[in-house]
Amino acid sequence: MSNLYSLNYYIPELIIICSILLVIVLDVIPSLSRYTFYIALSSIVLAGGVLWNNYGVTDSLFMGMISIDPFSHFFKFIFLLTTFSIILVSRYEKLLDRTYAAEYNAMLLIVLLGLFLMASSTNLIMIYLSIELVSIPSYILAGMLKTDKESNEASLKYVIFGSFASGLMLFGLSILYGITGTTDIMGMNTALTGLEYPLTIYLPIILLLVGFGYKISMVPFHFWTPDVYEGAPTPITAFLSVAPKAAGIAILIRIFYTMFTQDGSVSQTLPLAEINWPAIIAVGSAITMTLGNVLAVQQQDVKRMLAYSSISHVGFMLMAFAILGPEAVRAVMLYLFIYLFMNLSAFYMTIYASNNFNAHHVEDWKGIGKKNPVLAAFMTLSLLSLTGLPPTAGFVGKFYVFAELFKHQQFYWLAIVAILNSVISLYYYFSIVKSMYLVESEDVDEVVEAHPVIKWSIIIFSAQNILFFLYWEPLFGLIEKSISLWGG
Amino acid sequence: MESSILTFLIFLPVAGAALMLPFSKLYGKENTHYFKWIALITTGIQFALALILYRKFDPALSVTESPFTVQIDWIKHFNIQYFLGVDGLSMPMVLLTALLSFICILASWKIEKQALGYFSLFLLLDAGMMGVFLALDFFLFYVFWEVMLLPMYFLIGIWGGPQRMYAAIKFFLYTLFGSVFMLLAMLALYYYSDPHTFNLITLIQTASSIDASIWGFSVKYLIWIGLFIGFAIKVPIFPFHTWLPLAHVEAPTAISVILAGVLLKMGTYGLLRISYPLLPGEVVNFSYILAVLGVINIIWGAVNAIAQIDMKKMVAYSSVSHMGYVLLGMAAAISESSAGAQAGMNGAVMQMFNHGTITAMLFLLVGMVYDRAHHRWIIFPRDYEKPELAGQPGFGGIGAQVPIYTGFVALAFFAGLGLPALSGFISEAMCFIGGFSAFRTLTIIGTLGILLNAIYFLRAYQRIFLGPLNETYKDLTDINKIELATIVPLAIITLVLGVYPAPLLNMIAPAMDGIIQIVQSAL
Repeated sequence: MSNLYSLNYYIPELIIICSILLVIVLDVIPSLSRYTFYIALSSIVLAGGVLWNNYGVTDSLFMGMISIDPFSHFFKFIFLLTTFSIILVSRYEKLLDRTYAAEYNAMLLIVLLGLFLMASSTNLIMIYLSIELVSIPSYILAGMLKTDKESNEASLKYVIFGSFASGLMLFGLSILYGITGTTDIMGMNTALTGLEYPLTIYLPIILLLVGFGYKISMVPFHFWTPDVYEGAPTPITAFLSVAPKAAGIAILIRIFYTMFTQDGSVSQTLPLAEINWPAIIAVGSAITMTLGNVLAVQQQDVKRMLAYSSISHVGFMLMAFAILGPEAVRAVMLYLFIYLFMNLSAFYMTIYASNNFNAHHVEDWKGIGKKNPVLAAFMTLSLLSLTGLPPTAGFVGKFYVFAELFKHQQFYWLAIVAILNSVISLYYYFSIVKSMYLVESEDVDEVVEAHPVIKWSIIIFSAQNILFFLYWEPLFGLIEKSISLWGG
Repeated sequence: MESSILTFLIFLPVAGAALMLPFSKLYGKENTHYFKWIALITTGIQFALALILYRKFDPALSVTESPFTVQIDWIKHFNIQYFLGVDGLSMPMVLLTALLSFICILASWKIEKQALGYFSLFLLLDAGMMGVFLALDFFLFYVFWEVMLLPMYFLIGIWGGPQRMYAAIKFFLYTLFGSVFMLLAMLALYYYSDPHTFNLITLIQTASSIDASIWGFSVKYLIWIGLFIGFAIKVPIFPFHTWLPLAHVEAPTAISVILAGVLLKMGTYGLLRISYPLLPGEVVNFSYILAVLGVINIIWGAVNAIAQIDMKKMVAYSSVSHMGYVLLGMAAAISESSAGAQAGMNGAVMQMFNHGTITAMLFLLVGMVYDRAHHRWIIFPRDYEKPELAGQPGFGGIGAQVPIYTGFVALAFFAGLGLPALSGFISEAMCFIGGFSAFRTLTIIGTLGILLNAIYFLRAYQRIFLGPLNETYKDLTDINKIELATIVPLAIITLVLGVYPAPLLNMIAPAMDGIIQIVQSAL
């Protein structure tokens, strides 16, 4: 499609771009600077509306640079929802300096734009650029607590790890270009078919995996995760644990499915068929979830614990990834969507704990069950969902992933590793519940109310865990529509 | 009405729990009697519904013909249905659950600490238990099975004894460990059967034709193992029983009653409901091991109970022993004589019911003495915190002081050790008759358990109630009205079923005949 005509379908991105500029400009006008927050939020709602209007359109924009399809739309809704909620909640996180609110919001909007492009890119250059567009503002956001040493450390670690990973990925991409002579991933599929020296393709694939593995914090590329998650402001941690991860998964799915498969199954004529990639991913998934869980058990800091828990959840998502095919992608997307709700609500609860009680460690959470019974109950629900127990949506997510393994009758050992992991995860998630309810605290049992925005964010996000358990068919129908791309 | 009664049985407690919230807002959390009354009325209606169900229930009808069966699509994509039904196996369990829930609310009348939480969680637990016994869709069954865990965790963890936090998480981890294997077995059943379904009735036909293998084991064998781990931990079958004494001892009285009276039965219920009809071939291969485990349970539980000086722990281990009878009776399904198989299987289900009532009495009675004396040592341990009491008898001669209480304890203890004319005797005898027809030597060893049971019950009775009165307890008050209301129904059931077990037996027998037929056809 020609560039000019492409703009018709590029309106959500344009809205975000405009609002970024508007936020930056208005910030320097003292009388208007307080409106930036509302502009950011309303632009997200507007972009969401336009996106909803375009939902289902499949086309290639800007001469094959990005593509819009229901698959990318699905992920874009995840990004919009996350960003909206994070911008909203950040305003009431006490540790963040309000002086820089506009910069902070502008930065989040830039990340949002990058995430949009990540989910849509179909060209190697575009992929790289979009990943950088996400990464660079993220480095700054992680260091947003300027006077806090841990936040500075988080930012620095993030920069070093991030630039190293993207350097490796860039190297992989250039080799891939060298082999195929094209940067378009559809064209690559054709160029790779019947390639005579498959060995040359392994190096770029591994380098690509390093780049994406870093983004989704897959073991062994996870080392940055706990430190960054612990040091970064909590809303940013919540954001990083969901949105870029979702984008990483989206791009991983798109690249691997477009480049190396035909109609969703591994094509024998492609070099990928030579090596047992599913087995490699399966081993990666097992190591990721086990390491994440085992290390989470020892954590005392709630944010750090949730960081390790997010690593183990990536392991669960990769589990379905080991089964190539559209159905497995459905399971990953369902898991991701549910993960968004349980993880964000858990992080919002840590914001409440840190705002009102200055509680960062598990034992500091004691008595919250009495001080705010409603929020504690919803937190328990989210933790139950993170563990993957019915009646919560987390169980549905895990159920689908396991079902994929059984459906394809593969990787039963991985299923056993995974269920043992959910038992382990119960132990540390419930150390929080234990602290909230079971440990006696001497304090007076006065209700400590959260700020309404934080309170309702927790309740609304957490309640989805029940809702999507009771009736998840419409959600699943939406996902099924979203991957019609691969003939699912 | 008829088709909605099962739904009401499950969700009435949920509604009751939800109703407590507006009351807590209106009248404050301090007015605990509102919550108590709501819980009592809810469980009362539930029990009444269960009785109505029992009156209308026709044991001759299969689940598919029964007017109570509900079958509604839930998640079409996975063929998951909201499928409830009642048959001769679940009917006694439903009655038991409803009765014990009602009694336990009465037994919890003194709870003042966070009463709103306690009673609402109790009702959720009640709903979960009821759901397990009524679900006929494996997915639904699994959901209810897991739903119980969270309320139980809190009920032990918040209202329990000194080691409550450890006991609660140990219970949770153990049961979850078992049930995740059940989850895998469930998925394997779904994907290996054709057509793919979670419907437990359809699976009876399709599961037996599964013919595949994983890692050189047949899939059916692995499914059996997965299910067995899940159920064995709940029963609990030796060596998976170590969570039980701790959880039972630390839990508050009413919760111990529910744990021993209902939760343990879920393990054997699951075996009979799912493993037996679906995998009869594996039952045949496994029944000898099941019988061995049953006998180990009987002996091991009894021997451990003898060693206990804590009354509650003694009762807890007696549960391990009594569940062994159930296993032995169930294993007899492969007996060559059909009378033996019938005796074993019917005896097993009757023992599940009878043990539920007897052990409930035992825990309630232990709870009563604990409320008054603030300890329940038969003999104080050597390292007791008050050195002048260490090694001394905990009670002694209180029989004359509290005669009514003593009478009920005598009844419960004698029912526990299997005295003829009390309900425990009939079911234990039937389990042994069945067991004897299939596993002669094992059953002879198992009968030793009766003797061992008599040792600890009689010895405890003697040490606590007989002999000269321990002066510390000269002001001990006898059983009060609420306590009487909790004990009397159970005592009547124990007595009636001891001399006239026909109502229970007639209810169970047709369903058991069906299972025996399936198992025997795989011989």
